[in-house]
Amino acid sequence: MPKDHGIGAAPKRREDVRFLTGAGNYTDDINVRGQAYVYFLRSDVAHGRINGIDTGAAAAMPGVVRIFTGADFEGVGGMPCGWQVTDRHGEVMQEPAHPILAQGKVRHVGDPIAAIVADTLEQARDAAEAIEVDMEELPAVIDMKAALADGSTKVHDDLTSNLCYDWGFVEENRDAVDQAIKDAAHVTTLELVNNRLVANPMEPRVAVGDYNRGTDDSTLYTTSQNPHVIRLLMGAFVLGIPEHKLRVVAPDVGGGFGTKIFHYAEEAFCTFAAKACNRPVKWTASRTEAFMSDAHGRDHVTKIELALDADNNFTAVRTETHANMGAYLSTFAPSVPTWLHGTLMAGNYRTPLIYVNVKAVFTNTVPVDAYRGAGRPEATFQLERVIDKAARELGVDPIALRRQNFIQPDQFPYATPVAVEYDTGDYDATMNKLEEIADLSGFAARRAASEAKGKWRGLGVNCYIEACGIAPSNLVGQLGARAGLYESATVRVNATGGLVVMTGSHSHGQGHETTFPQVIAEMIGIDESMVEIVHGDTANTPMGMGTYGSRSIAVGGSAMVRAAEKIINKTKKIAAHLLEASEADIELKDGNFTVAGTDKSVDWGSVCLAAYVPHNYPLEDIEPGLEETAFYDPANFTYPAGAYSCEVEVDPETGKVTIERFAAADDFGNVINPMIVEGQVHGGLAQGIGQALLENCAYDETGQLLSASYMDYAMPRADDLPFYSVDHSCQTPCTHNPLGVKGCGEAGAIGSPPAVVNAVIDALHSGGKTGVLHIDMPLSPDRVWAAMQ
Amino acid sequence: MYNFEFEKPSTIADAVAALQGDEAQALGGGQTLLPTMKQRLASPATLVSLSGISEIKGICTGDDGALCIGGATTHAEVAAGAGAYPALADTAAHIGDPAVRNRGTIGGSLANNDPSACYPAAALGSGATIVTNARSIAADDYFQGMFDTALDEGEIITEVRFPVPEKANYQKFVQPASRFALVGVFVAKYADGVRVAVTGASENGVFRWTEAEAALSANFDASAVPDAPAADGMIADLHGSSAYRAHLIKVLTARAVEAAA
Repeated sequence: MPKDHGIGAAPKRREDVRFLTGAGNYTDDINVRGQAYVYFLRSDVAHGRINGIDTGAAAAMPGVVRIFTGADFEGVGGMPCGWQVTDRHGEVMQEPAHPILAQGKVRHVGDPIAAIVADTLEQARDAAEAIEVDMEELPAVIDMKAALADGSTKVHDDLTSNLCYDWGFVEENRDAVDQAIKDAAHVTTLELVNNRLVANPMEPRVAVGDYNRGTDDSTLYTTSQNPHVIRLLMGAFVLGIPEHKLRVVAPDVGGGFGTKIFHYAEEAFCTFAAKACNRPVKWTASRTEAFMSDAHGRDHVTKIELALDADNNFTAVRTETHANMGAYLSTFAPSVPTWLHGTLMAGNYRTPLIYVNVKAVFTNTVPVDAYRGAGRPEATFQLERVIDKAARELGVDPIALRRQNFIQPDQFPYATPVAVEYDTGDYDATMNKLEEIADLSGFAARRAASEAKGKWRGLGVNCYIEACGIAPSNLVGQLGARAGLYESATVRVNATGGLVVMTGSHSHGQGHETTFPQVIAEMIGIDESMVEIVHGDTANTPMGMGTYGSRSIAVGGSAMVRAAEKIINKTKKIAAHLLEASEADIELKDGNFTVAGTDKSVDWGSVCLAAYVPHNYPLEDIEPGLEETAFYDPANFTYPAGAYSCEVEVDPETGKVTIERFAAADDFGNVINPMIVEGQVHGGLAQGIGQALLENCAYDETGQLLSASYMDYAMPRADDLPFYSVDHSCQTPCTHNPLGVKGCGEAGAIGSPPAVVNAVIDALHSGGKTGVLHIDMPLSPDRVWAAMQ
Repeated sequence: MYNFEFEKPSTIADAVAALQGDEAQALGGGQTLLPTMKQRLASPATLVSLSGISEIKGICTGDDGALCIGGATTHAEVAAGAGAYPALADTAAHIGDPAVRNRGTIGGSLANNDPSACYPAAALGSGATIVTNARSIAADDYFQGMFDTALDEGEIITEVRFPVPEKANYQKFVQPASRFALVGVFVAKYADGVRVAVTGASENGVFRWTEAEAALSANFDASAVPDAPAADGMIADLHGSSAYRAHLIKVLTARAVEAAA
């Protein structure tokens, strides 16, 4: 019987009432009295030198408050990068300046040249058309390998080249890996592209800057996954505003998927301009503006080699990746192809030797940073594709080949050759579960049925592992992070027993307002409705690092548990006093404190009331009140893992792929709310399938963005997707956080692309197209058809 | 969007008069024009809405048996009301999304002549007659290239007359992002021959595939569809090469014949 309460129950999401009835409070819903609007004049060329900007006529137009250009930001900090990567030669990465508005050059289509603040948005747009920019167009650098060629045009004139860094990992293993590949009985090689994506949250980015002349306080309302991080970065590194004079509010946020982690120029601009103009300043991105200014995702070009011995044991993996950084370094961009990517290259397997080389490259394109999965999908895709290709080359069953090389349950904790230690896992268990829920034994019959109607059916299976719950601060500090990655929570108990949890995590679709109360309810034995979650405002939440990397329950939830434990310890002291018993004998169950072995009890509400009306209270031992804060810094990453399968039909005449079945067997450790977990997996699968079949952010050779609207950027729609079979009953709890949880937000997006591609290749082989060994994503009909020819 | 004047006449004559104004532009359902204006890519001084003219709305059958559809009739109305010509109703039922179908009009679509739109294939494939306030234009003379038609400045489509074929079918292979036709083929079999019209494929907009018409007029069977036309002149973009589009023309023509037969 499923629980109806606490951990493991599946109450509906309480936040959905306001989201689904139009009662949400999104940033664009916030209007500050007297606000002006900003319109950004953006570059329509990918690379150009600004020889002059004439704003004279525009400034005189109706409603114009002020026009800003790069010159207004001389002496103001540029957009900071939060992670410094040291390359294989011991050199730190090249880190270009990133001004709020272009100074001297524009470096991608969409780079802001000027910002027009006016009484209305239409007036600002009118004025923008009257600005004359003397632009000398320069050759654009788009292709990464061309960007690294001698004599290439440089994106940044003051850097030595377009190479950001040349990272090797683990550098000491390089020679041994080379030797193992030479000595191998079989080596499978695969070259592939991990396509550039645009996150496309339903809500575009919005920023409202406000300044109080009377108190010298600045406030920024913004669409962020981590308001404290924005406050720190923008305050300390860009605008020089101390954190106590700066409030950042991220209210309801309509999806982030990573792209709302980063600190963006528009946020800094609105905060700066509000003070400069002494008026609130609001910016709302149009969708096309989002396409050319939101940080993009993925965009790797990779060659991977898998070495096997004569018994088909994996002996080494060597990969070389070119990772596109775009024109500037977005906040966490350098970490994505390195520490979030190379460290996952062991996958679920015992491969003893691994070497990962990543060359990060500047190009005249929108900056690239973390997008759902961030580095881990890129690692999983190449590894699971090359294993599939190896199985095909060797004529062995791809599932058996994987099983043979799995890390075994008795090997945990398992230290990989790429510097991480998996705490728990059971990969055969999830594979067994997958075979069951996907009905893999029935595939042959389904293939025959497809063939009878003229379609080729293929089956793709793969595993994945990810490192999430990021991350131990001391470790990431050694790896170049310029931030800690703890999380925080304050638990405030009111006099009548209700609780407010102020969390540093941010919820923008994850359902924290539902799941976090389930944990508190379980711990105290009260109803979830007694717990309220507050997040998103630096003025009333403790310093938190925000929501990304599937970290909220694993890190933020752990902080909340620690704070709640402090509360419970204190309430036990109070209860012991009220019951005239020893604290050691007090038990808390179902919202009642009892003295062990007696019928003496006092309820939760009475104890809370005593804390705030301390007439009969141990004032000599403890303070009145019930409010506790905890910061939790994880001891390790968490390692969700699983096995996915996809069945497709390919239309031999048109190359069109349809997904007929998709199954996901995940091990997320303990699960707080299975309905929300399932929803997270569904969303991840939609985005992973979207990457595999539909989504493609494309530039032409001059740097024009070809997919700048939904007319050309294909988002997955409901009828592109199948009904999923999803299971998370295989649970090996995390050993190092109090809830035993691992995180589930990114798994679907990480695990699904290789399943889709493996399935399409399998379908083509079943149709006799045995020469097709790989097709680059997205597997659109024209690409599949071209591969068949 | 720039500012503009807005007029909503109730008669054809008033609309024609209003369109004589400087930089006046007729507005059908606005499903292309309004997004274009929002992006400031079009800036008419006056929009003349045709949606208030009741005499150019609705569906009826002419004395010659042709299905006559008023120029301001929405796709949804055609989908529901063109039962006398099922292939045409089905075509309308799959244009765009519900918002497009409830606002967009047949006259607006044909006047715009988007190279990937569905209605141009239906009109050309049916040998329809485009009736305006001034004259009647045969479909063969009407479509003159991508976004180009025989309409004069200020000329309004009042009606489109579709001869009803013995058999017909429209096959649309959608572009994955926009879900316009990557290629669409409309096949109609009349007593005097077969017409095959192709949208989405050619750089010159909708066209008749005459080789297929000849072959299918002789033998209306999918096996009679000739080899794919040459890829020269076919659109090549992010979503498909010209060779792929040429290939789809053959595949979709055969499927249309099968579905129609």
